[in-house]
Amino acid sequence: MSAGHYQYWIVIVLMMTGIYVVIAKGNMVKKVIGLNVFQVSVIMFYVSMGKVEGGTAPIVAEGYEVYSNPVPHVLMLTAIVVGVATTALALSFVVRIKEAYGTIEEDEIRAVERAADEEAEAEEAAQAGAEAAG
Amino acid sequence: MREHLPALQIVVPLLAAPVCVLLRGARPAWVLALSVTWAAALMSWDLLARVLAAGAPISYHVGGWAPPYGIELRVDAVNAFVLVIVTAISAVVMTAAPRSLEQEMPRERHYLFYAAYLLCMTGLLGMTITGDAFNVFVFLEISSLSSYALISMGRTRRALTSAYQYLVLGTLGGTFILLGIGLLYMATGSLNMANLYEILHERGEANRTVEAALAFIVLGTSIKLAVFPLHIWLPNAYTFAPAVVTAFLAATATKVAYYVLVRFVFGVFGVGFAFGQMHLDAVLMPLALIAMFVASTVAIFQRDVKRMLAYSSVAQIGYMVLGLSFASVTGLTGGIVHLFNHALMKSGLFLALAAVVLRAGSTHLDDLRGIGRRMPLTMGAFVLGGLSLIGVPLTAGFVSKWYLVLAALEGGLWPVAVMILLSSLLAVVYVWRVVEVAYFQDPPEGATKLERAPLGLLLPTWVLVGATVYFGVFTDQTAAVAARAARLLMGVAP
Amino acid sequence: MSPAGALGLCVLLPLIGVIPIALFGQRRRNLREAASLVTAISSFALVAGVVLPAVNAGGRPRLSLVDVLPGLELAFEVEPLGMLFALVASCLWIVTTIYSIGYMRAHHEEHQTRFYVCFAVAIAGAIGVAFAANVFTLFVFYEAITLSTYPLVTHHGTPEAKRAGRVYIGILMGTSIAFLLLALVWTHFAAGTTEFTPGGILAGKVSEARLPWLLALYVFGAAKAAVMPFHRWLPAAMVAPTPVSALLHAVAVVKAGVFTVMKVLVYVFGTDLLATTGASDWLCWVAAATVLIASCVAITKDNLKARLAYSTISQLSYIVLGAALATRTAVLGGSLHIAMHAFGKITLFFCAGAILVGAHKQDVSEMDGLGRRMPLTYLAFLVGSLSVIGLPPLGGSWSKWYLALGAAEAGQKVMLAVLMVSSLLSIGYLMPVVGRGFFAPSADEGSAGGVREAPLLCVLPPVFTALGCIVLFFCSEGLVEMLSGIGRP
Repeated sequence: MSAGHYQYWIVIVLMMTGIYVVIAKGNMVKKVIGLNVFQVSVIMFYVSMGKVEGGTAPIVAEGYEVYSNPVPHVLMLTAIVVGVATTALALSFVVRIKEAYGTIEEDEIRAVERAADEEAEAEEAAQAGAEAAG
Repeated sequence: MREHLPALQIVVPLLAAPVCVLLRGARPAWVLALSVTWAAALMSWDLLARVLAAGAPISYHVGGWAPPYGIELRVDAVNAFVLVIVTAISAVVMTAAPRSLEQEMPRERHYLFYAAYLLCMTGLLGMTITGDAFNVFVFLEISSLSSYALISMGRTRRALTSAYQYLVLGTLGGTFILLGIGLLYMATGSLNMANLYEILHERGEANRTVEAALAFIVLGTSIKLAVFPLHIWLPNAYTFAPAVVTAFLAATATKVAYYVLVRFVFGVFGVGFAFGQMHLDAVLMPLALIAMFVASTVAIFQRDVKRMLAYSSVAQIGYMVLGLSFASVTGLTGGIVHLFNHALMKSGLFLALAAVVLRAGSTHLDDLRGIGRRMPLTMGAFVLGGLSLIGVPLTAGFVSKWYLVLAALEGGLWPVAVMILLSSLLAVVYVWRVVEVAYFQDPPEGATKLERAPLGLLLPTWVLVGATVYFGVFTDQTAAVAARAARLLMGVAP
Repeated sequence: MSPAGALGLCVLLPLIGVIPIALFGQRRRNLREAASLVTAISSFALVAGVVLPAVNAGGRPRLSLVDVLPGLELAFEVEPLGMLFALVASCLWIVTTIYSIGYMRAHHEEHQTRFYVCFAVAIAGAIGVAFAANVFTLFVFYEAITLSTYPLVTHHGTPEAKRAGRVYIGILMGTSIAFLLLALVWTHFAAGTTEFTPGGILAGKVSEARLPWLLALYVFGAAKAAVMPFHRWLPAAMVAPTPVSALLHAVAVVKAGVFTVMKVLVYVFGTDLLATTGASDWLCWVAAATVLIASCVAITKDNLKARLAYSTISQLSYIVLGAALATRTAVLGGSLHIAMHAFGKITLFFCAGAILVGAHKQDVSEMDGLGRRMPLTYLAFLVGSLSVIGLPPLGGSWSKWYLALGAAEAGQKVMLAVLMVSSLLSIGYLMPVVGRGFFAPSADEGSAGGVREAPLLCVLPPVFTALGCIVLFFCSEGLVEMLSGIGRP
C-alpha cells in the first residue's frame, strides 16, 4: 500500500474505467473509446514495469551503467499497433452499422432488430395460416 | 528448406495474403489461397510426423537468436496435432469456398475474403506454433482482427453488429491475456514458455503476481474459447457470418484458444500450481458442466439450424474444458482428442449447411421442411455429422466421450460421468429435431425441386463427415497422438 | 471358407445385399425382391452351413477386426447363445421377406425400397449383436439396430408415426447412452476388458454392493428387452406396418435386447457369481412383475397388435427371468425361449397382418366369425398361441419346462407360481381371439364379399412358422444340446 505503488493504482483505475465504459455505454463509439482506455492501461502497466530506479533511457552511452529495461517498450510498440488496428476496424464497423441501421446506439439497434424479428414471425404465422386454409 | 518449415508454416500464408489483395480476380485469388492452404497442410503433416518420430520437440530460433531473448518456435506433439487439424480444415473449407461465396457476396469482393482467410490462418498457426508468450498475443490479435473482418462479410446487416460485438469481447479477452503475460514477465523476466516453466518451478510456492497472471490468462483465453458464461459473442458470430466462415472458425478459432489455455495451464504454470494451489478445477469443472447442459438445452429451442449448431458448439467446448479440468492424462486426452473430433464434426455440419443455404436460401427450420428428400446427399452428411455429435459408436464423437467418461470414473467422479452421458441425450433431441423437419414434413407450398448441391461443396462436406467415421474406427492417429500430447503436458513419461 | 472368415461375411452379406436392393428400386421391383430373398437365403446358408457345424463341434471361431481404442476391440466370436440368435434371425429373415413381399404389395405401401434396405441393415445389426465378442462390439451393433429400425417404425410418415418414432428413439437411444454406455465404461474401467468370457470377468473386480447397480445399468440400458418401466417403445412401435412389427418382435429388435441381457449375465457377470452374491435377485422380481403386469394389460387391449405387443413384453421377461435365476437350467430355458417365442410370436404377427390385409380388421371385437372365412390363418394363429401359452406338442412347452425346472432348482417357488399364473393369463388373452374367430357368429354374415383368405404370400409364412413351432417341439434335443454349452468354454 505504499506510495511506491502509485503506478499500479493508475493502471487499475484506468482499466476499470475502460471496462466500465465498454459495458455501461450504449453508444458504439463510446465503447471503442472505453476499449482504448482499457488497452492504454495495460500499456501503462508494461511501460511502468520497465522503469529501473536510477536507470536512464535504454540507449547505450558513455558514463551510464544502469539502463531501464527496453523490452516492455518494444512489446508495447506492438501492442499499440494492435490497438490502433483494432480501433480502426471497430470504427469502420461503426460507420457501416450507421449506414445499415441509421443509428449507433445499441439499444436502438436492438429495438430495430426485435421489430424486424417480430415482423418476420408475423409473416410466417400468416403464411402458415394461409397454407393451412388453402 | 526443411529446417525452416516451422517458420515457413507462418510466413507462407502471411505473404500470400497481400498477394491475394493484389490479384483482384476471384479465381486467381482462390487458386493462390487454395495452394497455400494445402501447402500449409502438408507442412504441418511433415512437422507432426517428424515430432512423433523424434520423440522430442523441434525447436526453431527465429532469426537465429537463441531463446529466451529470441523468439522460439517450438513444435511438440501437442501443437503439431493442433497444426494438422487447423491446416487440414482450412484447406478443405477453402476447397469448398468459392461455390458457397457466390451466394454470400459479390464476386468483385471475393479476393478480400481470401486475403482475410489467409491472415486468419496465419494468426492461428502462429499462435499454435510459437514458443514465446508475447508472440501468442501478437498472433492472437492477427487472427482475431481478421476473423472480425471475415464475420462482417455476412449477407445481412446483423453480421456487422455480430462482428462488432465479437470485436469488443475479443479485444477484452486479448488484452487480459496481454496483462497476464505482463505479470508473468514481471515475475520471471522471461517470455519464453519453456523457460517460464523452468523458472516458475524452481521457485516453489508461487507468489501473488503469478496467481494474478494465471487468473488473467485463463480469463482472457476463456473469452476467446467461449467458455460459459463468456460465450455470448459466439451464437451471433456463427449465425450471421458467411457459411464458409462459420465452418472455418467453428473448427479452428476456438480450438486454438483451447490449445493456448492448455499450453499455459500445463506447460507454463504446471499442474501442481494450477490445480493444487489455485484450484482451477473448482472453477472450470462447474462451468464446463453448466455449459454442457445449458447450451444444449438452448440449442434445442432454436429455430435456426446455424444458431442451434452454434449453441451446440458452446456445449462441445464445455466437454473440452471438462477434459482439461480433470487434470489427469485420460481427461486431457479426452479434451485434446475432442478438439480434433469436434473440429471435424462441426466443419462438416456447417459445410452441409452452406450447401443448404446455397440451394434453399435459408437455414431456418420452417424453410427446411422436407429438405431431406430434396437434397438427400447433403442431409445425409448432416445426419451422419449429427450422429457423431450424439456420440454413436464408430464415430469420432464416441471416442471423445469414452475418454471423458473414463476420466470421470478414474477420478471417482461418478455424478460427472452420469452428467456427460445425460447431456449427450440433449444432443439427440436437437439433432432429431432437424431430422424430423427434414424428413417428415412436406416441403412448403410452391417449393421448387432443388438441384443437388454443387460437387465442389458436396465433396469437401463428405470428406469431413467421412473423416469423423474414419477417425471413429481407426483412432491410432488421433487418440494415440492425443494421449502422447496429454502425457507430455502432464509431465508423465510417454 | 474358414468359420472365422464366415463370421465377418455373415454380418457383411446383408450389407452387401443393400446395394442391389437400392439400385433395383421400385422400377425393377421383382429384381429387388429377388435380391432381398437371395441375400436372406445365402445369409442363412452361411450361418447354418459354415458357422453352426464349427460351433457344434465345440469350436469358438473368432474374428478380430480392429482395435478402436486401447482395450476396445471390434471383434466377433461365436458361442452357443449367439449361434442360436443368429440362426433364428437369419432363418426368420427369409420368412419375413416373403411375407413382406405379399403384404407390401397387397397394401400398396410406399417407400418399399427404403423398407427392404433398412430391413437388411437391421438384420446385419442383429447378426453383429449375435456374434459380438465383447460388450463394445455388441453396443456398436445394438445402436446400429436402433438407428436402422427407426425408418422402419416411422415408415408411414404420418404424424402418429413421427410421434411413435420419437418415443422409440427417445427410449432406446436414451437408455442405451445413459445406462448401457455407462455400464460399458464401468466394466472396462473395473475389469480392464469387456470380452465375453465363460465364468464372467467381474469376479473380484466390482464390489458385491455395487454389482446389482451395474446389473441394473445393463438391464435397463438394454431397453430392447422391454423390462418395465422402459417398455413403452414397444406398443408405440405398433404404428409400423406388420412386417416391421414381426421383425421387431420376433426376429431382431427385442431378441437383441434379451440376448444382450442373457449374454451379459452369463458371460460378463457369470452365472456362478450371480448365484453366490444374489446380485440378480431384484431382477427376478422386476421380471416377474413385468410378466404379470404385461399379461394383464394384454387382456384389456382390443387392438390385436397392441395385445400381441404386451404379450411380447410379458414373454421377454420370461427370458430375463431365466437369466436372473442364475442356474444352468434356467439359463437354458431362457435361451430356448428366444427361439420358441420367436417362432410363436412371428406366427401371431403374420396372422394379424394377414387379417388386416384380407379383412381390413384391427380390433379383436370386430373379428367374430372371421376364422371360418380365413381358416388357414386362424389355424396358424391357434398353433402360435398354443406355443406362446406353452402347451405341448408345441415348442414353447419345452422352454417353459426348463424355466420351471430352473426356478425350482434355484428354490424360487414364487417364480414358479408366476410362470404358472402367466400361462393362465396368456390363455386369457390369446384363446378368445381364436374362439371368437371360429365359433362366434360374425357381425356381417350376409356380406360375404370382401373377406377372403389373405394373399398366398401372406398365408404361407405363418403356416410355415406354425409348422416350425411343431417341429421345434420334436427336434428340440439338438438345440438343447447346443445350448447346454452356454457358459462353458
